[in-house]
Amino acid sequence: MVENLLSLAIWTPIVAGLLVLATGGDKNAGLARWVALLGSLAGFVVSIPLFTGFQSLNGGMQFVEKAPWIASLNIHYYLGVDGISMLFVVLNSFTTVMVVLAGWQVIQQRVAQYMAAFLIMSGLINGAFAALDAILFYVFFEAMLIPMYLIIGVWGGPRRVYASIKFFLYTLLGSLLMLVAFIYLYQKAGQSFEILKFHALAIPLSVQITLFVAFFLSFAVKVPMWPVHTWLPDAHVEAPTGGSMVLAAITLKIGAYGFLRFALPILPDASRELAPLMVGLSLVAVVYIGLVALVQTDMKKLVAYSSISHMGFVTLGMFLFTGNQLNQWAVEGALVQMVSHGFVSAAMFMCIGVMYDRLHTRNIADYGGVANKMPIFAAFMMLFAMANSGLPATSGFVGEFMVIMGAVQVNFWVAAAAATTLIFGAAYTLWMYKRVIFGDVGNSHVAEMEDVNKREFLVLAILAVAVLGMGLLPDLFVSKMHLSVNDLIAHVAHSKLQ
Amino acid sequence: MEMKSLYLLIALAPLAGSAIAGLLGWAIGRVAAHLVTIGGVAVSAVGAVYVLNGLLNGAPTFDGPVYTWLTVGGIDYSVGFLIDNLTAMMMVVVTSVSLMVHIYTIGYMHEDPGYQRFFSYISLFTFSMLMLVMSNNFIQLFFGWEAVGLVSYLLIGFWFKKPTAIFANLKAFLVNRVGDFGFLLGIGMVLAYFGGSLHYADVFAAAPGLATKTVQIFPGVEWSLMTVTCILLFIGAMGKSAQFPLHVWLPDSMEGPTPISALIHAATMVTAGIFMVSRMSPLFELSDTALSFILVIGSITALFMGFLGIIQNDIKRVVAYSTLSQLGYMTVALGVSAYPVAVFHLMTHAFFKALLFLGAGSVIMGMHHEQDMRRMGGLWKYMPVTWFTSLLGSLALIGTPFFAGFYSKDSIIEAVAASHIPGSSFAYFAVVAGVFITAFYSFRMYFLVFHGEERFRHVHHDDHHGHHDDHGHGHAHVPHESPWVVTLPLVLLAIPSVIIGFIAIEPMLFGDFFKNVIFINHEAHPVMEELAHEFHGAVGMGVHSLSTLPFWLALGGVATAWLFYMKAPQIPAMFKAKLGAIHTLLENKYYLDDIYFGVFAKGSRGLGTLLWKVGDQLLIDGLLVNGSAKVVGAFSAVVRKLQTGFIYSYATAMIIGVLGLMTIWFSGLIAH
Repeated sequence: MVENLLSLAIWTPIVAGLLVLATGGDKNAGLARWVALLGSLAGFVVSIPLFTGFQSLNGGMQFVEKAPWIASLNIHYYLGVDGISMLFVVLNSFTTVMVVLAGWQVIQQRVAQYMAAFLIMSGLINGAFAALDAILFYVFFEAMLIPMYLIIGVWGGPRRVYASIKFFLYTLLGSLLMLVAFIYLYQKAGQSFEILKFHALAIPLSVQITLFVAFFLSFAVKVPMWPVHTWLPDAHVEAPTGGSMVLAAITLKIGAYGFLRFALPILPDASRELAPLMVGLSLVAVVYIGLVALVQTDMKKLVAYSSISHMGFVTLGMFLFTGNQLNQWAVEGALVQMVSHGFVSAAMFMCIGVMYDRLHTRNIADYGGVANKMPIFAAFMMLFAMANSGLPATSGFVGEFMVIMGAVQVNFWVAAAAATTLIFGAAYTLWMYKRVIFGDVGNSHVAEMEDVNKREFLVLAILAVAVLGMGLLPDLFVSKMHLSVNDLIAHVAHSKLQ
Repeated sequence: MEMKSLYLLIALAPLAGSAIAGLLGWAIGRVAAHLVTIGGVAVSAVGAVYVLNGLLNGAPTFDGPVYTWLTVGGIDYSVGFLIDNLTAMMMVVVTSVSLMVHIYTIGYMHEDPGYQRFFSYISLFTFSMLMLVMSNNFIQLFFGWEAVGLVSYLLIGFWFKKPTAIFANLKAFLVNRVGDFGFLLGIGMVLAYFGGSLHYADVFAAAPGLATKTVQIFPGVEWSLMTVTCILLFIGAMGKSAQFPLHVWLPDSMEGPTPISALIHAATMVTAGIFMVSRMSPLFELSDTALSFILVIGSITALFMGFLGIIQNDIKRVVAYSTLSQLGYMTVALGVSAYPVAVFHLMTHAFFKALLFLGAGSVIMGMHHEQDMRRMGGLWKYMPVTWFTSLLGSLALIGTPFFAGFYSKDSIIEAVAASHIPGSSFAYFAVVAGVFITAFYSFRMYFLVFHGEERFRHVHHDDHHGHHDDHGHGHAHVPHESPWVVTLPLVLLAIPSVIIGFIAIEPMLFGDFFKNVIFINHEAHPVMEELAHEFHGAVGMGVHSLSTLPFWLALGGVATAWLFYMKAPQIPAMFKAKLGAIHTLLENKYYLDDIYFGVFAKGSRGLGTLLWKVGDQLLIDGLLVNGSAKVVGAFSAVVRKLQTGFIYSYATAMIIGVLGLMTIWFSGLIAH
């Protein structure tokens, strides 16, 4: 057993990213690509033992590493994962490989910088998921914004400057308050930034609520929850395909993870008090955003809105209380939905990227009858569209199903509102599919489209295996999280009002 | 062989065939693709017969897991099989009809460029349907439920260039999703209140103890748990089995190739709802309210969909509305607790309706892809096998004594007559009136297609079913009999359409076939016992029927059809002129399609646009985000001289501005 697996998962892609940068200008683009691919593969390989070596029967943190970092402030380089965060480290490392492949031929300018940005971001994201020290978390959490900001701002579409600034400001605004919250908790915890010590603090309700608002501003923007979601469609539309894939698959998950790691266990009483608000906002995301997605004319915007709607299930599942008990079906469903959405949304953005590379438009109206020219692609996209519609045997079903099952136990009408996604989700996804893929060849540009190449096939096939695998064998993932989720539920059930 | 391995083989053989034909079809070619899929389904069919035979000879019921799909809270949610008589019978029906349709497809689709894809889909359907009927738990049931919906969607839109086809398949999927919405919530109720298991046996064991339990769906209002759960589950059945008012997708599904209309939209998938309710009889028996609801929905479907069959001119649509009406009959049987009768009608209907659809397909082929009956007539001479088998199918459908449909439909009528639950008198009227209507539209179709004037000679043939070429037979317009791969399934389906009722009625309805499989509360709902009391053998039932009302109504329907369409064709035209309003109402299918499209489809889009433009763009982006940035920008313009003018100054200002607004907004929210 290798020591320091988490450090490896963090620093392998970052070092690989620096190596990619060292390959220099675009005359060495080929080399940069291969170094990036090898680096991302190495990052994925070192993350696999986290999954296989994880002890499902042990609660608490595993693969723990701890070393002093800034001794004067009692800040530590303190890492560890439980059955929840471990899944996202692996998912993130996996997605990075997909992203490198997705940008292989598409990106022709500043290739090394593009690849390096993704690799470095991958390491930083792993750091955010693995950090057990609040300041360490904060540093990773903020630092990962920078590569994404660059990815959108440099390789993005025509309105990339507007989108990247909107993205940056939106997501930065809450984090300052989060820092303030951390400093308060630091004082309260006897000059310590250890997150696990935060969990044990007794805090009066009024303070809990204030802190909750601080965390909410930081995390709700990331998820994103309605009404702080409008940066996401703009960011997606302008981002290159790889950027959208990471944004949807991973970046959004950090927000939801934040609620799980900070808001719920540190502030259980405030979480209960404000649960109706969280549930309400989540249902708005499911229904309102589902309707908005229906009328989008831009494919990427449509999938971006669909992402917000699907993330509504995540926040919904995390805040379903019966008395002071969170619902196990719902919490685990939320987690499954997070992982599944990582696969499905990455795949949907990949599909749109594949078409965009050929026609350089994302307008639904510019397509039609793509299946005539790209039958293999059409089959893949059918699978992912169905996963996006929550069809059983795909990963998209499992999370939504579990959250709805949990919701019925808590409140029938919440479940009924959430279950409308069965209709709306299918409506916006399949209506888009119909207009883009089905029908007779729409125009002369579509007539010239060529089916997927080997690289695209590879990415789509791997994602297809992931989507089906998780749909058919969800227990593989869910069994890893049981104890951590049970611990969380037990912890949250315990009031912290002295 | 261990039985579980056999069950796995039965379920997975079609999946393997589908995967090979679908993924490797381009490499292995057309013949190999149809051979491998037919082989897979044949294995399943033989296996299914073997399993049923074993059960009939005393083999024990199987109920066991295959693999763990999910564990939550220490409870195991496994994929698993429940193989009892009901399942085995469904397996035989599904695989045998599927096998016939596979063979038929060789002829029907032989010129289609999507040949391999088609075989892959119908084998995938067979797998999905088997998973549905073989399930021993609600999750797998829902998987099969959605998977057959997926394949139905793929097959209705098989000719994806056709605008009507891709409209119809989207419509079918979404309408089914409305049903699934209820179904999923019903499963949620089961999980929440029946002890945390979704395994049938556990749920059914828990049900009697919950018969009087109430839940508050609306705060302060106590509703029976069983009623709420059963109605939610039945909403799923209304979608899949096309019951009013969720029936609107089924007629449009005729846009798909005819073999799948026979397999999916007549014989098997659409009966999933009937199967499901029968499977859940231990739950439904505990709620008279739910049963009455089912009864009324079924009656409406049986009667009013029959009316629509009368005015159709497209041969497939006549059969489609007939299917809707017959599904209504089955639902009525469920509503009066005559589950065995419903399943019995499901089985006989599967054979004669598949036969009628495949016959219609054969006619369409023979007519060079013409579907309008007004351009047919006199085909019996040219297509003898199709003609005769279709006649047998029609006789079975209208309930001619001694034919399969007679035994099942007459049993439904008698069951309704014996029932006393609320709604049964309306149901009785509906199913009896339905007999006349069924006979009338069936023989209207029969006469228009096979007898009378050879109208195809007069009309210029314009090929508006553009997907197909002229079928490669050169000298168009003279109908021809179909090849043997098409007529053989017709003959093989005609046999059970005639005899299966006579053979099966006694064991299925009055023997031990459904003992310990279907649960009936005989004290509260003594319908089956009354039927048994009056039953004196299959022959006696046939003879006795000659003196009953339904027989004469059926005869009257046939005679009227003969009068209207053979003897005096001016009569229908006269009716059409005199009763214009009714005709328009029927022509527009009671305007339900227009209402749904106008209210739900357009309404959702309108609401979506409103939320997007006003909510997202105007209020959130315009006011909150850009607005606050502008306010801060204006403010900083005033104090610009104090500023460095660097971009980060403005960025900081914007952040503070947005923060301030958000804080105010949230403190307002929290205060409430």
